[in-house]
Amino acid sequence: MEERRHIISLLVENEFGSLSRIAGLFSARGYNIHCLNVAPTNDQSISRMTLVTLCNDQKISQLMKQLDKLVDVVNVRDLTEETHIEREMLLMKLKCSKTQRDEVKRLTDIFRARIIDVTDTTYTIELTGATEKILAFINSMGKIKIIEMVRSGALGISRGIDSLENIK
Amino acid sequence: MKLSGSEIIIECLKKEGVEFIFGYPGGAVLHIYDALFNAKKIKHVLARHEQGATHAADGYARACGKPGVVLVTSGPGITNCVTGLATAHMDSIPMIVISGQVSRQYVGSDAFQEADATGITRPVTKHNFLVDSRESIAEVFKKAFIIATTGRPGPVLIDIPKDLTDPNIKIEFDYPKKVKIRSYKPVLSESEDKINKAAKLLCSAKKPMIYTGGGIILGNAYKELNKLVKSLNYPITNTLMGLGGFPSTDDQFLGMLGMHGTYEANMAMHDCDVLLAVGARFDDRVTGDTSKFCPSAKIIHVDIDPSSISKIIEVDLSLVGETSKILKSLNKAITPHLSKINKTSLKKWWKIINKWRSKNCLSYKKSNKIIKPQSVIETLYDVTKGKAFVTSDVGQHQMWAAQYYKFDKPNRWINSGGLGTMGFGLPAAMGAQLAFPKSQVVCVTGEASIVMCIQELATCLQYRLPIKVINLNNRYMGMVRQWQEFFYEGRYAMSYMETIPDFVQLANSFGHIGIKIEKPSELKDKLSEAMNMKDRLVFVDVITDQEENVYPMIKSGQAHNEMHLSPTSEDTELA
Repeated sequence: MEERRHIISLLVENEFGSLSRIAGLFSARGYNIHCLNVAPTNDQSISRMTLVTLCNDQKISQLMKQLDKLVDVVNVRDLTEETHIEREMLLMKLKCSKTQRDEVKRLTDIFRARIIDVTDTTYTIELTGATEKILAFINSMGKIKIIEMVRSGALGISRGIDSLENIK
Repeated sequence: MKLSGSEIIIECLKKEGVEFIFGYPGGAVLHIYDALFNAKKIKHVLARHEQGATHAADGYARACGKPGVVLVTSGPGITNCVTGLATAHMDSIPMIVISGQVSRQYVGSDAFQEADATGITRPVTKHNFLVDSRESIAEVFKKAFIIATTGRPGPVLIDIPKDLTDPNIKIEFDYPKKVKIRSYKPVLSESEDKINKAAKLLCSAKKPMIYTGGGIILGNAYKELNKLVKSLNYPITNTLMGLGGFPSTDDQFLGMLGMHGTYEANMAMHDCDVLLAVGARFDDRVTGDTSKFCPSAKIIHVDIDPSSISKIIEVDLSLVGETSKILKSLNKAITPHLSKINKTSLKKWWKIINKWRSKNCLSYKKSNKIIKPQSVIETLYDVTKGKAFVTSDVGQHQMWAAQYYKFDKPNRWINSGGLGTMGFGLPAAMGAQLAFPKSQVVCVTGEASIVMCIQELATCLQYRLPIKVINLNNRYMGMVRQWQEFFYEGRYAMSYMETIPDFVQLANSFGHIGIKIEKPSELKDKLSEAMNMKDRLVFVDVITDQEENVYPMIKSGQAHNEMHLSPTSEDTELA
């Protein structure tokens, strides 16, 4: 069966051990977590997690049931199955010589990114967008030296009034 | 009422109606043991190893259905429980394990006897808690008991830092009557529509088969199951975990299925056109080659755990909920369809099944020189009139006990089916005997398994547990040897122990009675003699045929219709 990218949204109890339980569920089955993001919601007792993994159809349905079975998991949904919005944030520090500055500024504008820190030799850039856009931006750097970069991993939310917060 | 953390723990256990705690004291739980010293209603059973304590609590739970409770110290105390937790987890047994932890100020500092209990036990528990305040103890206990006993049951660990049990700090105690766990809501029953669909499909079968597992016993569904099977007049098989869920002596029972199941059960599985699976999880020892599993059947699966559905075998119709509730609804729903059952086809189907039966696949070569292990179980069945609680360890003896002791009632057959834990039998028998002090409890074991928790013989003396240990002594790790004979050209690598204790003397040294049986002629008398010593533990060392194999056998990766039968049967290889 073919593996597809799945973006999974979870509401979990904001308690120690919750993250470890979820990570353990993946590692015990030899599944890879491509990226993962966790932070509390407007309700401080609940954290929202967005997780991206590559899975075939049979594995994903088993995985969703296993996630749902965890006592700490309040709600879980595979956003890939519905219309949703995805965003990711990139922070990237570039080594920029004087001759490269204009080019970087131009690219930053084209991608609607922002330069958020400047030194004599560096630019630090912030970019938000879908994963494809982030990747395209990174690729567009060409010969410009990336000193370091950090990505938030995908964040997902469904379109319309539908909500994961409608606790079962 | 103002109580210390330790007193709160004891009060919580009392409120939950706990009769026994199986445990072993140590530094981190001394405050709790001190509080327990004055608790009259709860009896503490001192095991000789924490693994023994967990298996005993597990055996207690399997025998009487109430959760088993364990109390151990931090570090090695809890790491020794891991096998017991994994055993209970695999077989969905309700259990509460309370472990001491070093005081909060030392957590994470590699303190003496510190271990990350919640981290280590996370994959082998249904849930676990690290208690972080005195005020939350009561709520955590309430939650733990709910989680362990509802939905698909399982073991829950509560790890409590020592400072929270300090006898000098007292707080107000009130045991919550109810507690809300927003993230935990087991599904209890299924829609009427789906039940009706299942009933219709079930009654449309020409070659039906019913396959049930441990979920019948855990879910107290044996009465409803019996009613269903009787009104349909369909054949039924049980998994290793499900034995006793339907009376083994009933004519509609085809015996156990799977790797060492009967010819008739496995063939009926392979050829059936509608399969009803209840409280069973399509374990690899049951299915064999999954691509050839029930090739022409529509499958209905009843289970309390949604993640069991279509996990191994894609099913056509799933009914998620408590087995007793679903079977009850199903019993109602089939009534209008009963008349539509094709009686001629069913009769034909029974005729085919009875032909398979006539192969007598459990027959074995009798001997008057050497004791055949199968005959020990058959004799045990006669002598105990089929009424004993039988626990077992893991290996050939376990399979023979499952094949030849015909269980007519649930909760009587207690074995580690999922994890396959050697050393389980004796401590599990202690738990069963404590739950039913007046009943006959027998531990069927082998000379390799029994040594793995042999220290519990001391516990048996302390609490005067009159367990009968039946040791099928073939001087080999029998099942390992059998596989080596079949798959490794008889190279018996490390499956033979050159030094085996004198079990009679060993039993004596623990203060028990030891009996050795070497001749087939004395088997029945000596077994009766042992059973008649009502107030003593008797260790019966039976010297059996060294190279007997368990048949029938489906080799790994083969299908139900590719069984190998005993050389005594008419044809050995089938398919």
